[in-house]
Amino acid sequence: MTVLGVLRRSGPALIGGAVVGVWLACALFAPLLAPYDPLKSYSPLISPGGLSPDGMRFWLGTDLLGRDILSRLIHGARTVVVWAGLATLSAYVVGLAAGLLAGFYRGWVDTVLSFVANTVLSFPVLVLYIVIIVSIGASAANIVIAVTFASAPAIFRIVRALTIDLRSRDFVAAAITQGESDWRIMLVEILPNASGPLVVDVCLRLGYTAITIGVLGFLGLGLPPPTPDWGGMINDGRAMAIAFPHLVVFPCIAISSLMLGLSLLADGLREIANAGPGGGEG
Amino acid sequence: MKRYIAIKLGEMILVMLAVSFIVHVALELNVGDVAAKVLGQFSTAAQRQVWLKENGYLDPFLVRYFRWLGHFIVGDWGQSLRFRTEVISLIGPRLAATGILAAATLLVTVPIALLLGIAAGVREGSLLDRGITVFSVLTTSIPEFASAVFLSAVFVFWLGLLPGASTMTAGFSPAELVLPVMVLSLYTAGYLARMTRSSMIEAMASPYVRTAMMKGASLPRIVFRHALRNALIAPITVIMLQIPWLLSGVIVVEVFFAYKGFGTLLFEAALNSDIYLIEACAMVGVVVVVVTQLISDMLYTWLNPRISFRDVGRREGGA
Repeated sequence: MTVLGVLRRSGPALIGGAVVGVWLACALFAPLLAPYDPLKSYSPLISPGGLSPDGMRFWLGTDLLGRDILSRLIHGARTVVVWAGLATLSAYVVGLAAGLLAGFYRGWVDTVLSFVANTVLSFPVLVLYIVIIVSIGASAANIVIAVTFASAPAIFRIVRALTIDLRSRDFVAAAITQGESDWRIMLVEILPNASGPLVVDVCLRLGYTAITIGVLGFLGLGLPPPTPDWGGMINDGRAMAIAFPHLVVFPCIAISSLMLGLSLLADGLREIANAGPGGGEG
Repeated sequence: MKRYIAIKLGEMILVMLAVSFIVHVALELNVGDVAAKVLGQFSTAAQRQVWLKENGYLDPFLVRYFRWLGHFIVGDWGQSLRFRTEVISLIGPRLAATGILAAATLLVTVPIALLLGIAAGVREGSLLDRGITVFSVLTTSIPEFASAVFLSAVFVFWLGLLPGASTMTAGFSPAELVLPVMVLSLYTAGYLARMTRSSMIEAMASPYVRTAMMKGASLPRIVFRHALRNALIAPITVIMLQIPWLLSGVIVVEVFFAYKGFGTLLFEAALNSDIYLIEACAMVGVVVVVVTQLISDMLYTWLNPRISFRDVGRREGGA
């Protein structure tokens, strides 16, 4: 079944998929879509739709340094998609491995891993990010490390619960009797059957990670300056926001629409999985 | 039940130990910067070295950790490097300020969210239900800093009705509390309304509600007398579990509106590698999180006597 075929079964999934698709297209084709160079300074603080002295039109205006906001938003989509994607992937690798191990073997492995996860989770997440980023420095790679550390425990919990449930099923017992290796059972028998709920979680987590990158940028702990980054744009424009709201309103719309798209997609996929036959195989 | 609480508190102490250790390790990575921050960027390397030695930063890592731990347990929480006062005297007022913010948020959120959720859940699929669902999807998708920007654009920039900062420099002012509370409430209300809606739908479909309907009971009687009590179990426990989350959201909102609460305190402490202050804030944070979990579990069993404390433990361990 094609991706579109699945999405067509639910309204929210279709709308969410479309919004996410638009931002993905922006990320992929940023240099083609952006009307101007996102790093070049034209004329500072033009309001949305205004003209620069030499007759160029800026649909969303320009920022304090005279850079085109629309171009920065489009290039910023690339930053968000790449780094939120990598950070989520990295958190998933850790969370999946730990969750499968804990759920499959139980015993002391489970006790230790669960304690670590609960410890991390009983700490306000944002504080964790701030402490980590302040001590290892603000860079894209460090954001990936911080997100992995802070969200792998939540993924771990979901995977662990799913694994415990699937572990008791007959097909796993059959695989054990056949003498399949533990890793093969975890990756080939259990993981594909757990993928339904996990796909929904991936959508939401991508959104949370995008927001986290935005929040860190907003707090001045995000990607280093010239990079077009939505959160960083909000932070840069914050001091002037009372006089020039367009500096901060557009990046906020961008990040909210991406999160909205992803949560609609997640809702829709959950709906499809609950309703349709074969939805569980995702 | 006493046993359950004792186990929970024991776990809390273990978690506090682990968290404080992690914070020490994380800050260990750039211990040299501390002297630079305290003495200023024009201090010489030799001066920084002397300061580090005098303040015990050159002792082995574990020695420093256990010294901090020993002092912390007897109530000596150390000096803040940033504010140059006792850490313990900083935390109280800031925590109270955030408490006011959180209490106001819950006071606004809970009635609105429960009402919306109940109204939506009573008639699933009605126009009202759809409207409320759209509202809650919207508000839960907009991050706090974005809704802070939107709301200040409307109320501060266009309408000029509210102050854009909440510094409370001229004493306590309720007007300055409005925007931060609105921002925090929007997200929480949407989330809680969704939760109430789905458990209300479940309750309305249950056999005892169908029986009540067939008896000819009026709709208000069915909703308030029969469905509500069971439908509220999930949302009420969720309200309590929202509090730790509120703590994270509070940082963004407090920083945005320059509100002098616990969130900004922690943010400044983290930015300045102010280790004793971070540790103290972290410990307070863990206590708040664990105590609210505990209260949430107790409310859960009180509202639903079919579940015993042993099951609560299993609920957490199993799923």
